[in-house]
Amino acid sequence: MATRVLVPSGVLGLGFDRAALARGVAARPDIIAIDGGSTDSGPYSLGAGVSKYSRAATKAEWRHLMQARAEAGVPLVIGTAGTCGTDATVDWMYAITEELAAELGESVRVARLYSSQPRDRITKALAAGEVRPLDPAPPVDAAALAEMTNIVALAGAEQIQAALATGADIVIAGRTTDTATIAALPLARGDHPGAAWHGAKIAECGALCSTNPTSGVILVDFDETGFTVEAMAESALCTPHSVSAHMLYENSDPFRLYEPGGHLDVTGARYRALDARRVRVEGSEWVPGPYTVKLEGARIAGYQTTILAILRAPRYVAAAREWTKRLHAFLQGEIANRMGLSPADYTIDFRLIGADGALGSLENRSGQPVEIGVLGIVTAATQETAAEIGKLINPFVLHYPLTEEEELPTFAFPYSPATTDRGALYEFALNHVLMLDDPMAAFRILVTEVGA
Amino acid sequence: MKLGDLVLKVRSKNAGPFWLTVDIFCGDADRFARVSAALDTGEVARLFATPRQTLKRFDIEGLSVVKFSLPRPVIQGSREDRDMHGAQWAHLLEEIEV
Repeated sequence: MATRVLVPSGVLGLGFDRAALARGVAARPDIIAIDGGSTDSGPYSLGAGVSKYSRAATKAEWRHLMQARAEAGVPLVIGTAGTCGTDATVDWMYAITEELAAELGESVRVARLYSSQPRDRITKALAAGEVRPLDPAPPVDAAALAEMTNIVALAGAEQIQAALATGADIVIAGRTTDTATIAALPLARGDHPGAAWHGAKIAECGALCSTNPTSGVILVDFDETGFTVEAMAESALCTPHSVSAHMLYENSDPFRLYEPGGHLDVTGARYRALDARRVRVEGSEWVPGPYTVKLEGARIAGYQTTILAILRAPRYVAAAREWTKRLHAFLQGEIANRMGLSPADYTIDFRLIGADGALGSLENRSGQPVEIGVLGIVTAATQETAAEIGKLINPFVLHYPLTEEEELPTFAFPYSPATTDRGALYEFALNHVLMLDDPMAAFRILVTEVGA
Repeated sequence: MKLGDLVLKVRSKNAGPFWLTVDIFCGDADRFARVSAALDTGEVARLFATPRQTLKRFDIEGLSVVKFSLPRPVIQGSREDRDMHGAQWAHLLEEIEV
């Protein structure tokens, strides 16, 4: 059975073209699916269990999508709710949904799919040999798991299908693969499995697979032999090149994509322009494999305080690296004398913005910039220690001279206080899969009526 | 000639927190043939300070794209990471002579 999936944008919170969304709704889709997250912004969201996007932006866009759902009369699904897809961010998204249902006068059945993993479950699975490393994987044992603030498993199509089977109008899913929310319904209705996953991968970033990436809205038709993709904004065209190139995006292997229960192989995919706007794709294959779900986890790797000084005097700009080396050695002595801390207890990383701030030792260009920003990053076991080190080094970062003979220089601090406490530094600590006999064994669904 | 002046676009991004991927969009078959022949995998590995055997290379003629993927030298967002989204590796590659 052919299945029409409307994808409003690559992620909720990034915006979409309203006229394009209206055009998509008018095309009578069978489901509206959108992604709510990614690891792309770093480990903070997962570590802290909070959304990266503002509540206001999320609510404003969700309002339009809830209205679109009501108009289309089809399910609305969001995957990886609240950037990281922890239980806390699913409930955050649910609270927004409750508010909007009241404001819009909508009465909806909401299924929440939870992906957070109790530490005990993963610890037991690890002991039973059911947690397998991917390449490259950080070492993991029970002690490492005990340090993680959040662990999630990435749901696939099966779990989304189970949530849809509750008769939900809205599915708020925790961590899912980027593609699962789009592939779930076509797969459930017997469309071509290779096409379902391939079309989902092409559409998961919204209009990024078109000639106008910021327009957002994409419509995909799945059937028994392939899929057809079209951008809903008038200014956006899907071409064989724009569509096929998207398999490269944020994907280490452009021909394979691993999902729960197998992998997609697009080696044999053929991309054909149906007209100036639409592309037809056939020939991708789904290769079934063992049922595993990917795990993500984050742990606290310390607490940070930062300081930023700008060097403008040409002599200091020219000798910035030597200056930070001398300063660093001097500060180690001061910290040992005054705080009794050894270099094993903390780190101070001075990064030279204007020299190699972004690439570090990989940088192979050099020049004489007008000024250099010296970003000092202090990392220690507690915020109190990091903040104390920040205060201790503050006057030296401001005044430390290149040589002992000269008058004390004063560099530019852009604000007061000069130090900023960053809070916890989180680290991704899992790149593993969990083997499951039953896809729902690591997930749970909660159904409620909202706004009734 | 620098690679960045020859091709349409060089893009690098994370492929999950543990991998980095760099796509060279050559623009057409002629430039693809030139880039594909001129790019030495060992030289790219040295540029990224990664072991040659961990650098994956895909020469995709149909798209006129040469793609490299490598394990991230430091895990995304860990203490030593300097580029959360991994987008600056592209510039290293843009600046090599072809």
